[in-house]
Amino acid sequence: MAKEWVILAEDLMKVYQMGEVDVRALAGVSVRIERGEVVSIMGPSGSGKSTLMNILGCLDLPTSGKYILDGEAVETLNDDQLADIRNRKVGFIFQSFNLLSRTTALNNVELPLRYSGKVPNRRERARIALESVGLGDRTLHRPTELSGGQQQRVAIARALVNDPAIIMADEPTGNLDSKVGKEILDLLLALNRDKGTTLIIVTHDPAIAAQTQRIIHLRDGLIEEKK
Amino acid sequence: MNIGQSIIEALETLNGNKLRSGLTILGIVIGVGAVIAMLAIGQGAQDTITGAISGIGTNLLFVSSGNQVQDVRNPKPLTMSDAQAITDPFAAPDVMAIAPIIQGSGDVTSGGQTMRVSVTGTTPEYFIMQNYSLIEGDFLTQDNLQGNASAAVIGPGIADKLFSRRNGVVGETIRINGQPFHIVGLLESKGGGAFGSQDDQVIVPFTTAQTRLIHRSVLNEVDVLYVQAVSAKAVPQATDEVKQILRQRHRTPVGVDDFTVFSQADFLTIATTVTGVFTIFLGGIAGISLLVGGIGIMNIMLVSVTERTREIGLRKALGARKRDILIQFLIESSMLSLIGGMIGILLGWFLGFIVGKIAAASGNPFNPAISLNAILLATLFSAAVGLFFGIYPANRAAGLEPVEALRYE
Repeated sequence: MAKEWVILAEDLMKVYQMGEVDVRALAGVSVRIERGEVVSIMGPSGSGKSTLMNILGCLDLPTSGKYILDGEAVETLNDDQLADIRNRKVGFIFQSFNLLSRTTALNNVELPLRYSGKVPNRRERARIALESVGLGDRTLHRPTELSGGQQQRVAIARALVNDPAIIMADEPTGNLDSKVGKEILDLLLALNRDKGTTLIIVTHDPAIAAQTQRIIHLRDGLIEEKK
Repeated sequence: MNIGQSIIEALETLNGNKLRSGLTILGIVIGVGAVIAMLAIGQGAQDTITGAISGIGTNLLFVSSGNQVQDVRNPKPLTMSDAQAITDPFAAPDVMAIAPIIQGSGDVTSGGQTMRVSVTGTTPEYFIMQNYSLIEGDFLTQDNLQGNASAAVIGPGIADKLFSRRNGVVGETIRINGQPFHIVGLLESKGGGAFGSQDDQVIVPFTTAQTRLIHRSVLNEVDVLYVQAVSAKAVPQATDEVKQILRQRHRTPVGVDDFTVFSQADFLTIATTVTGVFTIFLGGIAGISLLVGGIGIMNIMLVSVTERTREIGLRKALGARKRDILIQFLIESSMLSLIGGMIGILLGWFLGFIVGKIAAASGNPFNPAISLNAILLATLFSAAVGLFFGIYPANRAAGLEPVEALRYE
């Protein structure tokens, strides 16, 4: 069976201008990720893993290199098109949850759908997403009324709601204690098992990385791949 | 993202920071309130003044000596014979009546009380032209005029001051500049008009005034000639006829008159212009406070954008385009100014109402008028202020790079 690549990145380079010096955050990284894979990205701080995640998540464009996400050539897109790609194809999960504290869990989950143009049954889809992370009874709570684990579940529901091609989780358990962190990781892995969601986890915790199918090690903007 | 939802979200956001939103709105409330109140007061003043001028009667002309536009050498004074010439029905068919006026001031004394008042010498026609009515007694008569009578009609203000009553005053004697006069009539109150209070005046026969009270260098000199046209429509013809007669009698070269004919319409035009400028002036000052309120919005929106940098980054990560962020912040700032504008209209209406009450209490009844135009203007202007002062902060928010914004602490 032919492999279906969700992420096809060739020779990604990212150079930042820091005053007079050019800093090469990525120095030619090629990544291929199959649909349904669970991949972790590891590396010490400054290794370029955040930069790689930003580029793979279409938050940023590479200085050079090719990147095809789910069949779309990303490096040619303008700002609005990038926003659209992020909306439809990428779900983000952040270390600090990044929920809007003023409004309910349901509204938080619905937010990506609001930016998708005309989507029927937004509320219903948001509710289903919340139910799928086990928070069907917390839809009208505000984030401040929820525990850290519950907040991260809301964030996962928000990442799922638009059926993205990939979910990018940046240290998803970093702000949680180990027990809750394990629950969150189990939830993510279960989503991958049940729905076949492609999962990319950025972490520096080897215990988490060990549970993924493949680990990409970054060092000084380059990959040291160990299978 | 549709507009209705954006508005709800903006209101939720503003509600989340009640004190800050409230203070920002207050700035706009005061600005819009001041504009509305000032426009209302200006409009009210205009209505009162034009009303007072219209009260003079729409078919009146005022003729006085001298030319107020061009220089004339040795203008001839108006006299009683000029007045008589104008009454000629063949030369001036559109003139119905005339009243010569001679005016000065004098001290009125009675029972040890003294009062400085304006003294008017005129003919009986004056009372009809001015629409006076009496509390008691009679107007001056033709007999009074021919007999050089020491008869006086007084305003109610004088009766109040000298006699402390408004009945049984007729028949009393007063002294004007030391000379005794009989009171023959007491006028009904007309209140303060555009030309000072008409309640503090004494009206005496023209002949008596010029021989005994108001001395003029030329015999039979008239200060102002009131001319009543047969109808309001006939005012232009009457004006021409009066001018023609006076030019002939004064032998003035064509084009340069040594007299001025003024109609009530001319007064109205001037008064409207003056009060219009006054209104714009007041509105302009009030507008400055609206501008300050707008700067308040800009200030608070800039703070808000900085505070919510992470939120903006998040929204962008979730797929918000530049336009979505721009609209979100513009709606927030417009909501601030729109809510402020609506409360401001109420406040302005209330202020105008209070000013009207104060004016009524101090004896100068005047109704501040809030026009639909003023409300529309203030609403549009406040919304525009919100948009204008919101554009810069919103643009700043929309231009944030998602990566940078998400990393912001």
